[in-house]
Amino acid sequence: MTVFFQQLINGLSLGSIYALIALGYTMVYGIIKLINFAHGDIYMLGAYFGFLAITYLHVGFFPAILISMALCAILGVVIERIAYKPLRNATRIAALITAIGVSYFLEAGTQQVMGTSVRAFPQVLNNQVFNIAGLRITEQQIYIFVTTIVLMLILQFIVKKTKIGRAMRAVSTDSDAARLMGINVDATISITFAIGSALAGAAGVLVGIYYSSINPLMGMLPGIKAFIAAVFGGIGIIPGAMFGGFFIGICEAIVSGYGGSLFKDAVVYIILIVILVIKPAGLLGKNVKEKV
Amino acid sequence: MKKMLNKANLYWLLFCVGGYALLMGLMSAGIIDAVNQTVIQTIIVNIILAISLNLIIGITGQFSLGHAGFMCVGAYSAGVMLKQIGGLNGFFIGILIGMVINAVLALIVAIPTLRLKGDYLAIATLGFGEIIRIIVLNMDITNGAAGLVLPRVVDFTILFVFMVVALLIVVNFTRSAAGRACISIREDEIASEAMGINTTKYKVIAFVIGALIASWAGALYAGNFYVINPGMFTYSKSIDILVIVVFGGMGSMTGSVISAVVLGFINSFLQSFSNMRMIIYGLALVMIMVFRPSGLLGTREFKFSSLFKRFTKKKEASQ
Repeated sequence: MTVFFQQLINGLSLGSIYALIALGYTMVYGIIKLINFAHGDIYMLGAYFGFLAITYLHVGFFPAILISMALCAILGVVIERIAYKPLRNATRIAALITAIGVSYFLEAGTQQVMGTSVRAFPQVLNNQVFNIAGLRITEQQIYIFVTTIVLMLILQFIVKKTKIGRAMRAVSTDSDAARLMGINVDATISITFAIGSALAGAAGVLVGIYYSSINPLMGMLPGIKAFIAAVFGGIGIIPGAMFGGFFIGICEAIVSGYGGSLFKDAVVYIILIVILVIKPAGLLGKNVKEKV
Repeated sequence: MKKMLNKANLYWLLFCVGGYALLMGLMSAGIIDAVNQTVIQTIIVNIILAISLNLIIGITGQFSLGHAGFMCVGAYSAGVMLKQIGGLNGFFIGILIGMVINAVLALIVAIPTLRLKGDYLAIATLGFGEIIRIIVLNMDITNGAAGLVLPRVVDFTILFVFMVVALLIVVNFTRSAAGRACISIREDEIASEAMGINTTKYKVIAFVIGALIASWAGALYAGNFYVINPGMFTYSKSIDILVIVVFGGMGSMTGSVISAVVLGFINSFLQSFSNMRMIIYGLALVMIMVFRPSGLLGTREFKFSSLFKRFTKKKEASQ
């Protein structure tokens, strides 16, 4: 039983990271129906921004996260404006290929600038370990979990309570109607990208602290898994992405905790396929009837 | 019934034989050096992959990202048989085994997932492809992550013949009644269902044919390039194939062939720039999609028969 609870704790930290990335996926998908394949690479760049900020500016944990979030937000908006905006009326698959192109560009660009090797992420937190009832909880895990929860609460506040959040919900429901109501759709989409990318940036710094190593290709697999998390919870639904992220993270941790670490990725994909076959709209999604 | 060997088909035959003779001649004369020979071999494998994926995505409109998984099965069946039996016999037995496994797998994948649409289907097939790869990664007979080192049993002739056969099958399928049913599913699934087309059946047929041809590509790859390992068949491989298809134009087999050739040479040209290669490649993808979202050829095909029509029209106009 100790193994189970220990892996539950590890899974919560891993799941926090997936959930933060999944939020960006789900928000972008909700608003322009694009699987933003480059999102995983924004998360990777977030880790590098945090790395650079800590190494060269000698800042602490919170300033590093804020710097990384700000830079990622700008980057997200720039990518949206240059690559995705001209394709707003193109086919979905064209937009998807563009996202893949952006992803290649960011990965190779980072490799060019920062080198292909794995870099050690500087430790800005104490490595204190708490032993509670036989369970091992590190200070980093607490920081990761708390930061994630705070960011999620802020996001919920923005989406539910502010004017811009209302605009985002309106555009994702029906962008044409929103435009007719006087909402600036382009600006709203840009802000969605900014918020999503900022969350990915935060996730990047957190993962750097958790695993203490970063590399230019680290975004690929977590990107896919975060997308699976978003689909699992119901894509386009913000609480769904949070729930999906935690669920996938915990499943993965438990599977590797019981000795199946070689198959932990396969388990994630099996979960995905099962959920898609049983309830394609995701766990929290509503079935939308197709109109002819 | 139309004659099998009409004028257009005769020209195609001449075109294939001529192309083969030309490439073979240039290779044996040493004008195409070893590096470019490898490029051409890669291009042929990519053409087979691209047309098989185009059948699923471009013709039937089912967005699959699991193609690397089917290629992986083909490659490993051929690879394992090459190890166990050896020689060309082993290779062809391997291809047959790969086709059987792939047919079963494609049915298992297709029947539940083809109910899904668009992005969901894409992500589900991606999951299946990765599961296949992870299984291969953890098997003993496949030698795990290290992969297999194989003798080269495939020569240019075999590659070329497989490519032509694959093209024949796919092009003829798209022009058959079943192929037209697939196209109607792409255009409007609900309308074609209302017209009495068994949409699930045709989607599954297209999917299985695509998977079978992808397994050839995998086998040819294994028989030609000495080394296979599971790291080659990640979803990025599926994306690479998808890029070829979309770049050439979804639904155009001519487009797939041309884009496989163009991208193959661009890739080998950029090889010398190492890291810059992927940067330029990524930028090129974005540019193509921004300025030409329907790909190079859209859904147009090159046909000798329409070429004749154009000539005869011109003659009539000039007379």
